[in-house]
Amino acid sequence: MEEGKESPWEPKLITFLCNWCSYAGADLAGVSRIQYPANTRTIRVPCSGRVNILYILKALQHGVDGVLVSGCHPGDCHYLSGNFSARRKFAVLSRLLEYIGIEKGRVQFSWVSAAEAGRFAEVITEVTEDVKKLGPAKRLVKNIG
Amino acid sequence: MGQLLKELKETVQKLFEEEKVDLVIGYEKGTLPLRTTPCFIKNSKDAEKLVWNSACENNLAAYIPGMKGKIGIIAKGCDSRSLVGHLKEKQIERENLVIIGIPCHGMLDRKLTDKVLAGREIKDIEEKPEVIVFKGENFEETVAKNELLPDNCKTCSHRNPVLYDILIGEAIEENKDSDEFGKIKEYEAKTSDERWDYFSKQIGKCIRCYACRNACPLCYCKECCVDSSQPQWFGKSIALSDAQVFHIMRAFHVAGRCVDCGACVRACPMEIDLRFLNKKVEKDVRELFDFEAGINLDEPPPLSVFRPDDPEEFIK
Repeated sequence: MEEGKESPWEPKLITFLCNWCSYAGADLAGVSRIQYPANTRTIRVPCSGRVNILYILKALQHGVDGVLVSGCHPGDCHYLSGNFSARRKFAVLSRLLEYIGIEKGRVQFSWVSAAEAGRFAEVITEVTEDVKKLGPAKRLVKNIG
Repeated sequence: MGQLLKELKETVQKLFEEEKVDLVIGYEKGTLPLRTTPCFIKNSKDAEKLVWNSACENNLAAYIPGMKGKIGIIAKGCDSRSLVGHLKEKQIERENLVIIGIPCHGMLDRKLTDKVLAGREIKDIEEKPEVIVFKGENFEETVAKNELLPDNCKTCSHRNPVLYDILIGEAIEENKDSDEFGKIKEYEAKTSDERWDYFSKQIGKCIRCYACRNACPLCYCKECCVDSSQPQWFGKSIALSDAQVFHIMRAFHVAGRCVDCGACVRACPMEIDLRFLNKKVEKDVRELFDFEAGINLDEPPPLSVFRPDDPEEFIK
C-alpha cells in the first residue's frame, strides 16, 4: 500500500449461520473454492431460532455495518420448526428496525441449505454490496462522549 | 356514577358473603381529588372503601402474576384484555379469577388535567357524562371530558370488558370509527431520517428508571433481562444507543401482547412517546399474523406459534 494513502472503507458484516444448513453451505462454498467477499465474520448458532433479536441489536451497537441471519429453508429445519418461529420474530423485527430509522438492508435474512454453496456466495456478495452502498453504520452504534 | 358504585360495592360484598373470593382488587380514594389508588379488599366490610370514577386509571391486572387464592378483580376493557393475556400465559387459573367488569368511558390523563388547571388547586371534581367540572377555592371550570383523555382512550375500540364474570352497569357503545393506528401511519409516511431523529429525540429523554417496565401488566418476569448483571445483556451507560436498545427490546417483548392500556405512558416521568413503538408493533402483528392481543382465550400468543405460509417477503 502506498505511504499516506488510506485504504478504502470496507464494511464489516456479522453473519449468524445455523449449524445444520447455512453453516454447512458456507463450509461447502469454502471446500469448493467459491469466492465471496471476505467482509463477513461468521457466528455459528444451533438454529436460526436461537438468534435472539438482542444479538442483532448488540452487533449493531458494537458498530458492525451489516447483519445477516441465515437458516434452513422452511420445512427443512433440523429441529422441525425453529426457523418458522424465527421467521415470525424477524418479520416483526425487520419492520420495527426500518420504522425507527435503521436503513433497509442493514439487517438481512436468508435461507441457505447445506447444498447451496453457490447461493451462499451470492447472498454474501449481495449483502456486502447492499451494505457498501449504505456506507458505514452510524445509527445505534454505541458512542460515549 | 353513584348507581354504578352502589352496584359495585354490593357485588363485592356478595362475593365475600358467598365465599367466592379471598381478595378483591379495586380502587379506593386517593390522597387528592382526581386520584385513586389500587386497594386490596379482604372482607365484605372493606368493600365500602371502593370508588369508581374517571381517575381509576391503573391497570389492576398488573397485580395478578404471583397471586394465590381466589382473586376478584375490577376490570375495564383494557384490564380485561390484560387478564386474557395472563390467563393465556398461565399466570393464573381461570377458576381462581372472578372478573368484575365495568364498561369504561376513558380515564383522565393527569398530564392533560394539570395543563388545564395550570397550577390551580382543585378541592373537588364533579363528573357528568360528557364534561368534568373542576372546583377550587375561587374558580369552577367545566371541561369537555374528551379533551382530557389520553390517546389510547380516545382511540380505544374495546371499552367494554372482553371477558368477565359479572358486569357492573350496562355495556356501552364501542368506538367504531376510531383510527387507532392513525399516528403510526403518519410516522410511517415520514422519511427514515425523520423517524430516526424522532426516535432518538424521544429515547434521548429516557432516564432508565424502568417505570414503564414496572408499570406494565405484562412485564412480570421474576428477573428481567435488563437487570441481569451476569451476563450483562444490556449496557447501562448513558449512551443513547443503550437506551434505544432497551426500548426496542421492551417493545419487542410486548409484541402481540400489548393491549395499549397506557400504563407505561402514564408511568413515564419524562413523557416519552412510548406508543410510537408499542403501537407500531401492535399494528405489524395485526397485519402480519392477523392477531389482536387479549381478545380470544383460545388463540395462542402469535410469536409462540407459526403458520407454514407466514409472510417472508423480507427474506432472501
